[in-house]
Formats: sequence, C-alpha cells, structure tokens
Amino acid sequence: MRVALSKATFEAEITSRFGAPFNRQKAPAEIMATGIATVDSVIAGLPRGAITEIFGAPSSGRTSFMLSLLAHAAAHKEVCALIDTSDVFDPTSATELQLDLDQLLWVRCAANVEHAFKATDLLLQGGGFGLVLLDLGDVAGKDARRIISSWWYRFRRTVEKTPTVLVVIAADSCVRSCASLALELSRETDDWSSAAGMTLPPVAGLPTHANLLSAVKVQLHRHRPLHAGTRSAHFNAVSHA
Amino acid sequence: MFSCIYCPELSVAVSLADFGYSFSPLVEEATPECVVLDVAGCELRFGSAYKLANEISHYAMLPKAEGGLGQRINVSLAGNPDSAILAARFLKGITFIEPGEELTALGDLPIEKLLSPSPKSKVQSSRSGMTKSILKPPNSRLNRETLDLGPWTLDEKQALEILETLRLWGVRTFRDFVRLPTTGVAERLGQEGVKLQQLAAGKTERHLQLKQPAPIFDNQIELDYPLAELEPLSFIFARLLNQLCANLLAYALATNELRVRLKLEDGTTHERTLSLPAPLRDHKIFLKLLLLDTEAHPPPRAVVGVAIACEPVKPRVLQSGLFIPQAPEAAKLELTLARLVKLVGSKNVGSPAVVDTHRPDTFQLKRFVVSGDRKTRKRGRETRGRGDAGTRGYGEGETRGYGEAGTRGSGDAEILRQGDAASPPDRVSPSPHPPLSASPHLPLCASPYLRLGFRMFRPPLRAMVDASRGYPQQISAWGPNRSVYGKVVRLAGPWRKTGDWWRDDSWARDEWDIAIEQSGAAVSERVTVAQVLYRIYRELRSGAWFVEGSYD
Repeated sequence: MRVALSKATFEAEITSRFGAPFNRQKAPAEIMATGIATVDSVIAGLPRGAITEIFGAPSSGRTSFMLSLLAHAAAHKEVCALIDTSDVFDPTSATELQLDLDQLLWVRCAANVEHAFKATDLLLQGGGFGLVLLDLGDVAGKDARRIISSWWYRFRRTVEKTPTVLVVIAADSCVRSCASLALELSRETDDWSSAAGMTLPPVAGLPTHANLLSAVKVQLHRHRPLHAGTRSAHFNAVSHA
Repeated sequence: MFSCIYCPELSVAVSLADFGYSFSPLVEEATPECVVLDVAGCELRFGSAYKLANEISHYAMLPKAEGGLGQRINVSLAGNPDSAILAARFLKGITFIEPGEELTALGDLPIEKLLSPSPKSKVQSSRSGMTKSILKPPNSRLNRETLDLGPWTLDEKQALEILETLRLWGVRTFRDFVRLPTTGVAERLGQEGVKLQQLAAGKTERHLQLKQPAPIFDNQIELDYPLAELEPLSFIFARLLNQLCANLLAYALATNELRVRLKLEDGTTHERTLSLPAPLRDHKIFLKLLLLDTEAHPPPRAVVGVAIACEPVKPRVLQSGLFIPQAPEAAKLELTLARLVKLVGSKNVGSPAVVDTHRPDTFQLKRFVVSGDRKTRKRGRETRGRGDAGTRGYGEGETRGYGEAGTRGSGDAEILRQGDAASPPDRVSPSPHPPLSASPHLPLCASPYLRLGFRMFRPPLRAMVDASRGYPQQISAWGPNRSVYGKVVRLAGPWRKTGDWWRDDSWARDEWDIAIEQSGAAVSERVTVAQVLYRIYRELRSGAWFVEGSYD
C-alpha cells in the first residue's frame, strides 16, 4: 500500500536530512525611515522599490506625516518629488521642519488627476529620485474611484527595481493590492487651548492650532513581505506657530 | 627636417601660419612672425628640402592677392626646430643647415643671441587664452622674470648671471661656448648651462607644438524650401546637433547653453536659448530638449534657415560618494523637467522657495537643480514660520499675539499696537518659540514630534459665515473642486494679522481656527462623520470671509 506523503511531511523529512532548503529567508527589503520614531518602531520604515499608501480623512495628519517624511528624506540627501494634485502644498509650513526645499521638486497639477499621474510616471521613468510623493488627498471620492488600476500596476512595475519610495496620499484606500504598505491615519484627540467660547484648559504660550493634531493614530493595514496583520502607532503633530 | 619662416615686418592682417599650411600640415606658430614647419616627407611634392625652401621664399614674394606675403622673408632648414629658429631669426635669406653642421652655420653668432628670448615666448595661446609676457632682448637690461629658451624656461636672474659669467670667461660666440668642456660647464653653470650649450651646438631635440585650428561651435544650414512642420525640422536639428556634439567631443568639451536661430520666411529671426543646469554633449538629449522647446514655443512662420550654436565649457566631473544616495542624472532630469513643463506648464514645476515676507501664501518657484557637490549645498535654510512673526514683525508690521489669543475685543486692539510699525522694536513681544534656525542644538529632523501640516487652498474659498454672535457659528463655502459647509463645533481666535501697510496692496485680517463636522462624500468612504479643521479669515477692509486651508 502506497503511503501518500503530504507536502509538509515531505518538506519536514527533507529538512531533517539536508538542513533547511525550504526555509530560505528573503533578503530584507531596503527601507526609508519616516522620521517619526513611534511609527518607525512598528513598521521599520517605508519600503524602497514599492508603493506605500497613506490614507485617512481630512485633518487626520496625512500632511503632517508627509512633511515629516519629506524633511527626513531631504535631510538624508535624498532627492524628493512632490506631485501636488490639488496644489495645496504650503512651503512656509514646510520650512518649519527645516525641510531643504532645494531638494524638492514640486509639480503642481491644478486639480488635474490625469496630469498628476502622467507627471508621476515621468518622474518614475526618469529615475534617481529617492522619494516620490503623489498627493491625492483632496481628490474627490468619485474621481479617485475612476483611477484605473493599470496606473498602479504600471507604477509598481516601474519602481520595483529602483531605490525609489513611491508614497500615495489619499482620502481613501485606492492603490489596493499594488501597495506594499498601507497606513491609515486617524485623529484621536485634539487640544483646543484657549478656545473662544470653549471650556478647555489653555496651554501657556501656545496658540490654539499648536495642538490641533495632538494624537494621530497610524494603523498598519498591509505590509509585505516583512509583517502581516494590523498594528498601530501614535504620534503628535505640534506647530511652532 | 624642419623649416622656419621668419618675417619680422609682417602685417597684422596676414597669418604666417596660414601661409605655412600651404607647404606642410604640421605647423608650430612660435610667434605671429615666426613659424616652424615639419617638412619631412615634403620631398615627394617639392622635389627636395632645398627646393621647398626656395619655393617658400618665392611664394612669399608674391602679392597677397595671389596667396603670398608680399615681403621678403628669412627661411631656414635644419635638423631640429630650435636651430631652424635661430638660423631664421639671425641669418638673412635662405639658410640650409645639414644635420650635424649646425655649429658651422650658427657658430659665429654672438653669445648674446643665444640668450635673447625665443620668439615662442610671445605666443598667445588661443586655446588657453593665456598670454606670456613679451620679452625684450637681453641687452635692454632684462626687465622680465623668465626667458623662454626653446624647450625650457630660464630664470631671468640666472640668465643674467650665466651671460655675465660667459663674458668673464671670454666666451663671445656660440662656437666658443661649445668648445668648453661639458663637465666643467655643468659644474659651474649647472644643468641650465649644459642645456644652453646644447642649444648653441644645435643638439636639442623636441616635438613641434602644432597649431590647432580654432574649433567651431556654430553650425548653420540654409534650406532649399521653407519648413512649417516640426517633424522635417527635427532632421535638420539632428544633423546640426550631431556636428556640434562631434566637435565638442573632439575637444573634450561640453556645453550648458544651446542657442538656436531660426531664419523665417519673412526675413525675421526666431531665437531660442536652452540653458542646461550641467554641461552635456549628448546629441539625443539635445534633440529631445530642442524639439520639446520648439513645440512649446513654435516659430510664427515657416523656417528657411537653421543655426545652432553652443557655449563650450569643460565637462562636469563627478566623484560620487559610496554612501550618498543616488540623484537623477543631469541629462535625464533635464529631459524629465522639459516633459513636465510641457505637461503642466513652466509655472507649475520647480523647487519652492520662501519669499522674505509675511504675506500669506507667498512663495516662488525656482528651477530645480540637483547640485553635483552636495556638501556645498546650503543647509539650515532660513526658517520663517508663523512663530517668527513676533520677532521680526517690526519692519513689516505683521502681528501675531500668542498670549492674547483667547481675548477678543480690547485684546485685539492691544495686539495690533504690539505689531504696529510705529512702536519701537524692543516693545514687540518676543515669540514664545525661537525660530528653528536660531537653535543650533536642535538636530535636523530628529525631533520626536511632528509639525502641524497645512493644506493651502489656492485660491482661498469665498465663504458665507454666520457670525451674528461675534464669532463664526455656521459656514458655507463652495468652490470648483472643494466645498466647506456645516456648523462650527469648535473654534479659536481671532488673531489679527496685518502687513505691508506702507504699500497700496496692504493686507489685514482676523484669523480663526474652526472645526466643522462633515460627513459623507466630503470626508471619505470609511469615515462617515469627522471633524475637519480649517483656518478661516475675515478681510478687515472688505469684511469678506474666506477659507484659507485645512489643518492636516
């Protein structure tokens, strides 16, 4: 009578005799730190040669996260590009982070999503950028849903053999399976110090908007191949204004 | 064999080197009045070297219209260039010096002639642009620093000493000098003395420093018929750029500026200049850039002539570090930028720069350039945030009252006085936070917290605000791409901000931070109800409300 061996049994038998031929560890993916210690402690950084999606509702800390990412990358001499679909980037608030604006290529697309995607494609094809940010944060849901998946597959294919980190910022998850890492941001609390008409304890010497994003929750939805499952981290966004 | 042509009274308009090219392609231009030709192998054409010398002398006598010089010249033939030069300069007519017979021809020349500067010292190098000093004869009590004697340069002071020593020794001619034992000369005059002795004996050996024709970096073509479309014009561009890049490659040069002149059908000229951030010499890149630029700025009429010139510069040499992240290649980046400009317009691509003003949303876009040497990149740029306003608001009259943020009414008036330009600077309330640039101990981006991000609405959304109780309660703003509406659930403010009061376009406004509870499509699919934080302001002049942007 023939005994049918399952694949697991067969592998276990081979492993016991010849070592671990089936447990080959993949080389660790190259990563780029976000510059936020609490987030880096959970996800280790953003994977290079892959798409990272950061999404969340308005006022959830996406722009603060993006600025931190830009400042950290520029400080490490990475050449950065920002495709600003809705033309909302504020250089003045970026300088508060000592972001070296000379390292940043800013492409303003005047709310034209098609131009934003073509510009992203041109930058990825040109190569050499360490960080490419596609900001779709203010794109309406109906427009975001019209984005055809082939764009994301094309981007994933273009960046996969490069050291470029492609980050997509959106209100909702739109990259879907093409994203190696998906982070959802949400605002947990806010601190309205010295608010007019409100009964909140004032923070000495700080204007109200200093602590508007006092606790931002980052939830990890998809992370491959390093981790799986859902993890979360918190960070604070404070203004010097 | 080498032939030297010396014409002391040459007019400025005539090039002796061009005359020399009639006989040999290998010409050294010692001075404009003295050239040396390598005539080895010319016997095949002229019969013999002696016939060649006669031919040179004969043609020189011809008028200029017939290719001559219209003057008498000295011509010499010798086995080495330096003997030929000495013979042509100091012996009139045609002089033939057989190899080994140099001393016979030059031996009776006075020793001062040996130390008279070589005409080569007057050479002005056309390639390097450096001019050596024009030297006077040694008898004029040398007021110069060096003597250029053939293949080597002799220090002026040393030359005077040697000449004085030779006079003391009773040396009067070349022959007297050559008769001296070489060992003794080396012991007493050093290596310079030995070399001078070899020069006097006609035993020097060197290669000619050939004159190179001036490179041409301006190619043009006249068309047989006018071209109105870009595609046929691209072939003309490609041809001219190929020639241009071949010239650049031949001289190991590159260019960072292309000048295109298109001669139009109506006789006018359409000129474009392409400035490149780094020197390049890739004709494919040039062609793509040129086509993109011509497509963006087409000539108004058909083209009948094309000329492309470039500014030759030294190519860029980069030593990239092992641990420095890669940057875009200059050529690829330039092409990408050109394509981006074509896609979104030149005013929408670049590197942002903060302007030195407190006027909200004021910035400029610079050309994006990746510097080759990043170490020289300016770090720690001037940071100007809203927190700096108190410390530098005196000159510009900008106000930002942090301590009085919660007080309205009379508090606003006090804030305005603090930032008034009429108040002295020491009365301006200091900012609660120093500017980041003023805190050198703060490591770059090592802060454990983030800065608050702000998304600027361009242009600001005009809003209808219900402020019947003195503060915003309800807001409604609609724009082409976004809308803000709802009941204000939380707010703070106002903060009065003014600036540029001395100009016609002065501005003054009250700012509020508000939270609006939005739901549905205005937020996202996942979040049904969320508080969205906005900054709104009321213009004091017009009383109109605007939504400036959102905190994110």
